[in-house]
Amino acid sequence: MPASAIADGLRRVGAGTRRVFARLGFAARFTVAVLAHSPDGLRRIRLTLREIYFSGVLSLVIILVSGLFVGMVLALQGYDVLQRYGASESLGVLVALSLVRELGPVVAGLLFASRAGSAITAEIGLMKATDQLSAMEMMAVDPLARVVAPRFWGGVISMPLLAALFSTLGIYGAYLVGVKLIGIDAGAFWGNMQSAVDFREDVVNGIIKSVVFGLIVSLIAVFEGYDAAPTAEGVSGATTRTVVGSSLTILAADFVLTVFMFRGVGVG
Amino acid sequence: MNRSTIDLWVGIFVALGLGAILFLSLKVGNLLTSNSRGGYHIEAAFSNIGGLKLRAPVKAAGVVVGRVESIRLDPTTYEAVVSLTVSPEYTFTKDTIASILTSGLLGEVYVGLDVGGDTQMLADGGRIGKTQSAVVLEKLISQFMFERASSGSAK
Repeated sequence: MPASAIADGLRRVGAGTRRVFARLGFAARFTVAVLAHSPDGLRRIRLTLREIYFSGVLSLVIILVSGLFVGMVLALQGYDVLQRYGASESLGVLVALSLVRELGPVVAGLLFASRAGSAITAEIGLMKATDQLSAMEMMAVDPLARVVAPRFWGGVISMPLLAALFSTLGIYGAYLVGVKLIGIDAGAFWGNMQSAVDFREDVVNGIIKSVVFGLIVSLIAVFEGYDAAPTAEGVSGATTRTVVGSSLTILAADFVLTVFMFRGVGVG
Repeated sequence: MNRSTIDLWVGIFVALGLGAILFLSLKVGNLLTSNSRGGYHIEAAFSNIGGLKLRAPVKAAGVVVGRVESIRLDPTTYEAVVSLTVSPEYTFTKDTIASILTSGLLGEVYVGLDVGGDTQMLADGGRIGKTQSAVVLEKLISQFMFERASSGSAK
């Protein structure tokens, strides 16, 4: 009795492991296929432009408003702590560094995953469920080039722009609260920020992060949509997996990138 | 939605995004002024650099004229050799004194240059002879305490 129960448990573990690896392998082959079909997809640039409209332009409102409010709250909270040490002039530095290095790419990435990534997954999943993808194959139109690649590249292009807009609006929000509301000197706010923020170390690394997050979210979104079970339940599950999976991957990738990017900064 | 509306919105979006990147680079990252590439290098040896960090500012009369490029320990003299990048529009005399200073009690550590009266100027790769090391607060305090203690026991 116990022997067969143990064997059952082991069998379940084995099946789970096999499924994980099969899915990983499929994801890797899918990635290569998307990249291979990208030149074909990008040749019809209008499709990609349409996807930039859907995932980038339509995400503008949530990104801009969140950026503004994150910046304003950062300024309020940062001022509260900094003025205890008589360093309230450093508010600009605190806000700019945290936004450009971390919050801009990460929060914009999380919002992008839930706003645009989920929509991409649902759209592709529904196309699959209603046999539109198979219909395209029948008509000798490759769905990877016609449907998947434009959505992938649309996301990859939109994400860094959205992250930069998020950081910019955040810094503007901090300026509104810090300078206009609290009354920190505008010269000190901008001057300290400019002397502390480095172009190569901070701004470029932030942009690199947002490009990586854009790749992650777009890839997970199109993959989950393409891989979704062709039922209503399957599409809803795939959408959830996109949001959860890309959010967790963004956070993990952010940690890894930060370790490599900022480990040596400021160490004598 | 028709084609030209989508094109217009994508154009606005991309222009806004590039504008934001430009803003972050120029206004926040201060790309134009802080990135003075092509400066010349000078070295200075200190017996103690305190909390000096890479990329710390180099100031003359309070004006930022360069950055700390590298810090290493000389294996024979056990002095810290600090390499400074100075923007080419400034030259300093050979008897310039380099000192490690702190702006305020909690402020950043920087290298201060005090110009002397020599007629010869430091060239690329030159070395500052006169240096003043960082003031280590703990040493000052312990010195002060010991003096207080010894004067107290003598009474």
